[in-house]
Amino acid sequence: MTGPALLLLLAGLAFVGWLSARARAVAFRAPKRRFSSLPGHHAWYVALWTILPPLAFLGVWSLVSPALVTDAVLATPAAAQLPPPGFERASILSEARELAQGDAFGAFQPLARALEPAYAAAQARYDWIATAVALLLALAGGGWAYTRVRPGFAARTRTERIVMGLLLAASLVAIMTTIGIVVSLIWEAGRFFARVPAADFLFGTHWSPQVIDPRDPGASLGALPLFWGTFFIGAVIAMAVALPFGLMSAIYLTQYATPRVRSWVKPMLEVLAGVPTVVYGYFAALTVAPYVRDFAVGIGVETASSESALVAGSVMGIMIIPFISSLADDALAAVPASMRDGSLAMGATPSETISRVLLPAALPGVVGGVLLAVSRAIGETMIVVMAASGVANLTLNPFESTTTVTRQIVDLLTGEAEFDSPKTLAAFALGLTLFVITFLLNMIALSVVRRYREAYE
Amino acid sequence: MSNHPPKITATHVNVWYGAKKAIDDVSIDIDQDSVTALIGPSGCGKSTFLRTLNRMNDTVANARVQGDIRLDGEDIYSPDMDVVQLRARVGMVFQKPNPFPKSIYENVAYGPRIHGLASSRSELEGIVQTSLKRAGLWEEVKDRLSDSGTALSGGQQQRLCIARAIAVDPEVILMDEPCSALDPIATAKIEELIHALKGRYAIAIVTHNMQQAARVSQRTAFFHLGQLVEYGATTEIFTNPREERTRDYITGRYG
Repeated sequence: MTGPALLLLLAGLAFVGWLSARARAVAFRAPKRRFSSLPGHHAWYVALWTILPPLAFLGVWSLVSPALVTDAVLATPAAAQLPPPGFERASILSEARELAQGDAFGAFQPLARALEPAYAAAQARYDWIATAVALLLALAGGGWAYTRVRPGFAARTRTERIVMGLLLAASLVAIMTTIGIVVSLIWEAGRFFARVPAADFLFGTHWSPQVIDPRDPGASLGALPLFWGTFFIGAVIAMAVALPFGLMSAIYLTQYATPRVRSWVKPMLEVLAGVPTVVYGYFAALTVAPYVRDFAVGIGVETASSESALVAGSVMGIMIIPFISSLADDALAAVPASMRDGSLAMGATPSETISRVLLPAALPGVVGGVLLAVSRAIGETMIVVMAASGVANLTLNPFESTTTVTRQIVDLLTGEAEFDSPKTLAAFALGLTLFVITFLLNMIALSVVRRYREAYE
Repeated sequence: MSNHPPKITATHVNVWYGAKKAIDDVSIDIDQDSVTALIGPSGCGKSTFLRTLNRMNDTVANARVQGDIRLDGEDIYSPDMDVVQLRARVGMVFQKPNPFPKSIYENVAYGPRIHGLASSRSELEGIVQTSLKRAGLWEEVKDRLSDSGTALSGGQQQRLCIARAIAVDPEVILMDEPCSALDPIATAKIEELIHALKGRYAIAIVTHNMQQAARVSQRTAFFHLGQLVEYGATTEIFTNPREERTRDYITGRYG
């Protein structure tokens, strides 16, 4: 039986369970008696018990069954001609599987065609087993739950517990995914560092992954210029743009703007946050870049590039403005109104009140917000892919071209890449470094923000 | 009653919050040499009225004030009036102690600094010391002036706020239920302080606590539903009120 049909059948069984449990519970209801559970609770209890066990089984089964099928195929006489374990053997097996499932129309390898019947047979056998077990589980679970539908049975609390379990499972998915990402990053980066010394990678100043000397790959994989470029664009230039504008707009919105003005300025600012980064990217590359380059040449910077750090950084800064503004807004709003009143009642002007009382009080919150913004900026990819250069350059001149970690990861992984060379694996090492940095920044930022919140509660 | 002209004269004052009238035709004189208590049940407008005297209602978005309020004969709502100067002359202490998240020293030095009252560091230190002494806090904090003002106890924080208000050398001090967040011992200290400050500053105090009004004030105004019901010498109000409503409130019929 195919997947969707089986699922439909299970849902049907659950529905039948729901109906019959309800009918049974309705039957034993009596007037003037209070029951711990209503018929609906019993119905859901049985329905969940009908559908969840087979679903759990099918989930696990989908992970283990390919291996079982392959084992069955390998046990057939036709498999004796297979080459020893390795790339070739794996490709023949996967081709045979595709043939068996009807996903491929022709085979390059004759052996794959020979294995096809074995594959189809094994697959059919295991599918049949899965269907049978799933239906049995559904009937067993539903039947057992149905026998428990009695007047005194607390189906209400049981259902509640099952629901809680489902919610917990949902939140575990995100956590497990994070762990999976970290593990795979560490694994791949570990393979990279097995070939290239970490010191070469972290502190080397020469980055040219296109030309790698196989005897000394570390010599051309020094990522320092990338780290510098990332820091320069994301933390220096972008913040130089975002911080003043974001902070000042937050001050205006919280302290000066009338509710009317605020009600339309704030959404406008949030529109800026909703612009897709790829749009920022071509805005930077097509609109801002030529203007900045002409300006730089005009003031006598001959080396000015149209892929300058300034363009990518400042457009990134514009992208970050609403982020900073909304975090600073929160931080300022968290300062008790009594502080502001206290200062105003002393005869301080609004701007004195802001600079001497409100901003110092909100400073930790603002700093936390800035750190979060930096971690966002250095992870930003699309703008730098479109507007920054691909060539690593250790420079302090904002008009010169610079590249970033994210940009290089994109370059390393696009195009024809063998997933076994230092060049490609370097992308994972870069990704791991970036992850560690942004993770630390987020931790620091959140702890700063949290400590500050405690101060006023 | 003193022989001086009143420090503040408020005549026919009305205050609206949006469409709601919070103060209805109130006229009061605040004397230079006495403590004036504003009493009345919650929501009667006594705090609102207090806040018209240093124009703190300006900071409330939809508040509107009408009427004539004069400080030493000067109309404080005239377009020529500098609100910053007005608030330096009419200081305020709030219901909940609100020291700035700065050191004790910086809290008191804040006003003199923004108004440029001290020309040297030692002069500023002098102002801070005098203010803390007048607020009765000096002995308790003189060895830890650099500690945060928010680390003090509630009563100390409130005296710090009074010191902060005194530091700009105001003529009037408005107190908006200054003891409502404090325990009885801290309250007694603030009341002693009010006695000590009387005469040097004109003081108007809003209070919920009738015993407190009787203890600290020489004149009492009774507010009810935005109107001034009765205003006179505190002894008169508490022993021989003219109005039925005042008597009912004083004797605890409502409020």
